[in-house]
Amino acid sequence: SGLGMFSTIICGFLSPLVVKRLPEHVQVDDPAVVKRLAKKLERQQIPLRSDYGYKVSLFSHLHQYSRKAPLTQLLSIPSTVIHPSIVRLGLQYSQGIVAGSNARSVALLHAFKQVIRDYTTPPNEELSRDLVNKLKPYISFLNQCRPLSASMGNAIKYIKKEISNIPSQCKEEEAKTKLLKCIDRYIEEKIVLAAKAISKYAIEKISDGDVILVYGCSSLVNHILCEAFEKSRKFRVIVVDSRPRLEGREALRRLVQRGISCTYVLISALSYILPEVSKVFLGAHALLANGYVMSRVGTSQIALVARTFNVPVLVCCETYKFCERVQTDSFVSNELDDPDDLMVTRKGKTQLENWQDVSSLGLLNLVYDVTPPDFVDLVITDLGMIPCTSVPVVLRVKNLDQ
Amino acid sequence: MEASPQLVEYFRTQMRTDPDMASAVAAIRTLLEFLRRDKGETILGLRESLKWATDCLTEVDSSVAVSSGGELFLRFISLTSLEHQDLSRCKKVMEERGELFLEKISLSRTKVAKLCHTFIKDGAKILTHSSSRVVLRVLEKAAAEKKRFTVYVTESQPDTAGKQMADALRRLNVPVTVVLDAAVGYVLEKVDLVIVGAEGVVESGGIINKIGTYQMAVCSKAHNKPFYVVAESFKFVRLYPLNQQDVPDRFKYKADTLRTVSDLSDEHPMIDYTPPSLITLLFTDLGVLTPSAVSDELIKLYL
Repeated sequence: SGLGMFSTIICGFLSPLVVKRLPEHVQVDDPAVVKRLAKKLERQQIPLRSDYGYKVSLFSHLHQYSRKAPLTQLLSIPSTVIHPSIVRLGLQYSQGIVAGSNARSVALLHAFKQVIRDYTTPPNEELSRDLVNKLKPYISFLNQCRPLSASMGNAIKYIKKEISNIPSQCKEEEAKTKLLKCIDRYIEEKIVLAAKAISKYAIEKISDGDVILVYGCSSLVNHILCEAFEKSRKFRVIVVDSRPRLEGREALRRLVQRGISCTYVLISALSYILPEVSKVFLGAHALLANGYVMSRVGTSQIALVARTFNVPVLVCCETYKFCERVQTDSFVSNELDDPDDLMVTRKGKTQLENWQDVSSLGLLNLVYDVTPPDFVDLVITDLGMIPCTSVPVVLRVKNLDQ
Repeated sequence: MEASPQLVEYFRTQMRTDPDMASAVAAIRTLLEFLRRDKGETILGLRESLKWATDCLTEVDSSVAVSSGGELFLRFISLTSLEHQDLSRCKKVMEERGELFLEKISLSRTKVAKLCHTFIKDGAKILTHSSSRVVLRVLEKAAAEKKRFTVYVTESQPDTAGKQMADALRRLNVPVTVVLDAAVGYVLEKVDLVIVGAEGVVESGGIINKIGTYQMAVCSKAHNKPFYVVAESFKFVRLYPLNQQDVPDRFKYKADTLRTVSDLSDEHPMIDYTPPSLITLLFTDLGVLTPSAVSDELIKLYL
């Protein structure tokens, strides 16, 4: 008893030296791995998407796809293997119609709900095993359309666990309703209520007269700012945007609609505008186990310059986006978007139109980058405000809960 | 419910009878006595009245330690209060656990001293800020271990608390020099290490301490001298300041100042915030911690 009672003893199981296999999507330049993937997809009857264009050598281990060649063109319609709502979801991902960490996870969960509703257990099979096997080709398909995000990975792990925990004597209808309820509860708890909890903590950190800088379009940060405005905090917002996605325009639209006074700059004007800023609010795609923040490309630049100007950087992230991966740079695992997006047409002329013909030219369109924990002052999660270095503690606490 | 002046009087008596006792310990003793005398009927009512009592004490002595000590006490005793049906048995359990808590924390200064004195080498020159009883205990232990060291103490305006520290050290036959607050940068090249106490340790791993500590930390970093903090674990508080402005006013100024003065911009704050990047190590009764480990300990204590 005493203060020591609060510390828990965790038994670590020392496993023999097992080399963990690297995921396939970061080994694209290894022909053996590519052959293995092609065989797996053939077995699952999913078409293999081919890479497009010249890849910059530092990133040749990653996939680079073109938006003009979606995977669905290679599918037969109607597809016998893949559920139509998954096909639609895959198309929405690859064309960028559904974008943003939370939006993608929620869309995935809704599509899975439809899959579960339409599912019937074949004779001599158990739901808990067969449904998980049915989901595997869907996940490969979605991965081919657009690499899965960390939040989607955690959601899929949760669903698979829930499905395999269905007792065998449970009737099919009962099992299906149970699963649908689980998914609804996951969305409600981990995304909707988490956003409310995070806003509550974040609003404490917004004082009257603040000038807040945000980057791109994070659903969570926009939610926080709108809530703070409802609670009559007086602040103004500077929205920083970058090519080629120009997501900041969407954030600008949402904030101005609420009546918040905003300024809009491109990321090249960052050091010019930072002396005016009192706080920086950033969203995150995932929080890695060593405290690094994975977010939209450009975020680490903003954190670096803000640190130089001594402006506090606050990252807002729900706990379901915490992942056990460790990464210290943005090269090892990233996503390459369509290089044609970098071409810009002005006054009827497109400068880089024939970039493929120039043998020494490569276009690089990175999607994510990784920010070290020294640049981040505070992480606001639904469990409270923690420093960046405490992410492993939260992961440990979460694992104990489960 | 006990009337508020009785509570305050008990608190003040505790502080007077043992000047060496930390204000948080006095506050916890008062809360324990309040618990004993409470005539409430429900557990919820008991919690509410304990919270009210903590608020009363914070009004008297607006230090961070009182508020953190009170909150920890509340958490410690009420964590298992739901097991027993009978209120009187519950109260008895709470009182026992309160006594246990008090016993543990009265030993905390000794634990801290035991951990820290090994970092003071023979012939060391130490710089410290203002008057801290924990630092005094550490230096006492080091002197008892027959180590020879000299101490520089800052005078620490506006209350010149540094002079009291210097007197106490002279009684231990430790060579001590009182320096001006402005002379910290000047004296740092002669010094081997810096040890300060803390009024509160915040979630980020930073500390809240007497004004002038932040300056000392910045200068130590510039001179590459280790900056050590000694604090008991009941000073861990659930605050997360981003910068000096973010520290709540109720900690910055004395309680009477907050009550009487309306425009605080003319007042001098009594405390400042030192961020974790400037602190080398923290010595607590939970062990020797790096600033990033403080958050882990806080999560264990509070979650």
